[in-house]
Amino acid sequence: MSYRWNWGIIFEQPYLSWLLQGLGVTVALSCLAWAIALPLGTLVGSLRTGPYRAIRLLCAWYVQAFRNVPLIVQMFLWFFVFPEVVPKAVGFFLKRQLPIPEFTMGCLCLALYTSARIAEIIRSGLEAAGNGPRNAALASGMTYYQAYRYVLLPMSFRLTMPPLTSEFLAIFKNSSVALTIGVLELTAQSHQVESFTFQGFEAFTAATVLYALISWACLGIAGAVNRQLSNAGGLGTEVAIK
Amino acid sequence: MSSFDLSVITQNIPWLWAGMQLTILLTLLAVAGGIIVGVILALCRLSPWWALSAAAKLYVNLFRSIPLVLAVFWFYFLVPIVTGHPVGPFYSVLIAFVFFEGAYFAEIVRSGIQGVRRGQLSAALSTGLSHVQALRYVVMPQAIRNMYPVLVTRSIIIFQDTSLAFVVGLTDFLTSANIVANREGRPVEIYCFVAVVYFLLCYAAEAGLNLSKRRVAR
Repeated sequence: MSYRWNWGIIFEQPYLSWLLQGLGVTVALSCLAWAIALPLGTLVGSLRTGPYRAIRLLCAWYVQAFRNVPLIVQMFLWFFVFPEVVPKAVGFFLKRQLPIPEFTMGCLCLALYTSARIAEIIRSGLEAAGNGPRNAALASGMTYYQAYRYVLLPMSFRLTMPPLTSEFLAIFKNSSVALTIGVLELTAQSHQVESFTFQGFEAFTAATVLYALISWACLGIAGAVNRQLSNAGGLGTEVAIK
Repeated sequence: MSSFDLSVITQNIPWLWAGMQLTILLTLLAVAGGIIVGVILALCRLSPWWALSAAAKLYVNLFRSIPLVLAVFWFYFLVPIVTGHPVGPFYSVLIAFVFFEGAYFAEIVRSGIQGVRRGQLSAALSTGLSHVQALRYVVMPQAIRNMYPVLVTRSIIIFQDTSLAFVVGLTDFLTSANIVANREGRPVEIYCFVAVVYFLLCYAAEAGLNLSKRRVAR
């Protein structure tokens, strides 16, 4: 094994700014996609338990479609196929005029993919909450919207904090797949540093440490949200389950 | 855009099938290797020695915090350096998958074993079984029943994830399709076909799992 170590390389320009830019893109991509995915996933997950059979089925297919195709294939579909199958004017806009097309389409793809996974989590939370609260809320004169907004979804979110947290961690990892359509996020940048300098150990270690820091920060955020949630209603999750 | 042309798919079926064979081979080997690494890690994690348990925990947490793509790059770079000669993308990717998925399988195996109630082990030992016999005949059958749905789900995810071998140019199903799409200049048909194939296979696998789960529960 002959390898020349040079840990200083990751602090030299331009490599340091490449890595930091990559970190910025990873965080921006993931957070934007999460901001779209969480409301959308909550909506789809709620509709899956809603009163209309046709909409329930439609939402079930939505989830199946996004879950059973690899994320990288979905990236290709959005980036290479989608602009070809929409009307010409829209396709032209997507291919020629859209600012930073890789980032935009990557973000959209990641958001929809994650929304399907969030929908599954929310649905399982709603099912775990049981029929009692639903019937009680409806019987007390709430509309379906009110029952979900004030009773069922708050319970579901509390019950599903652990899987939602791991989904939030996963979106940062999944964002790396966007490099296949040319988004220069953290993994892509560390690979580029490796290609330019042949210092793979240093470049990939830097990326690994940054990803570990992201995970650690996310766990911190999730812990804080969890504490906030369990204090909010007075009763903690232990009571809510029963 | 000209109309949807199916002949571009039918003409390239042999080439795509070769890619699919590689994807299936990679999935099977990755699952087998990943389970072996996972069981070893889980046993280390549950061992009474503090250092061994901490090392396994560090390994699992480290691998679970990085993206698979980065792990593939890591091993693509690392394996030739460690072995001293080039090994080609297949072995690098396979080794990356085995080590990466090992971390996930370790968590599945660990929670499967911990899900078996303590009383089961005590009862088995009190009837005169040795420790190994108690694990082999009482704990493990229950642990395997606990974890097999998750193991199958994870295997389906691995099947999907092998498409990430694209980043190092291994000619699996997706990469073969990508080559065809570029050569024929027809990405729409090819990528739609790829998506449909993945969807049908994963959907069928999941449906089979649900069927068998119902049978076990009965």
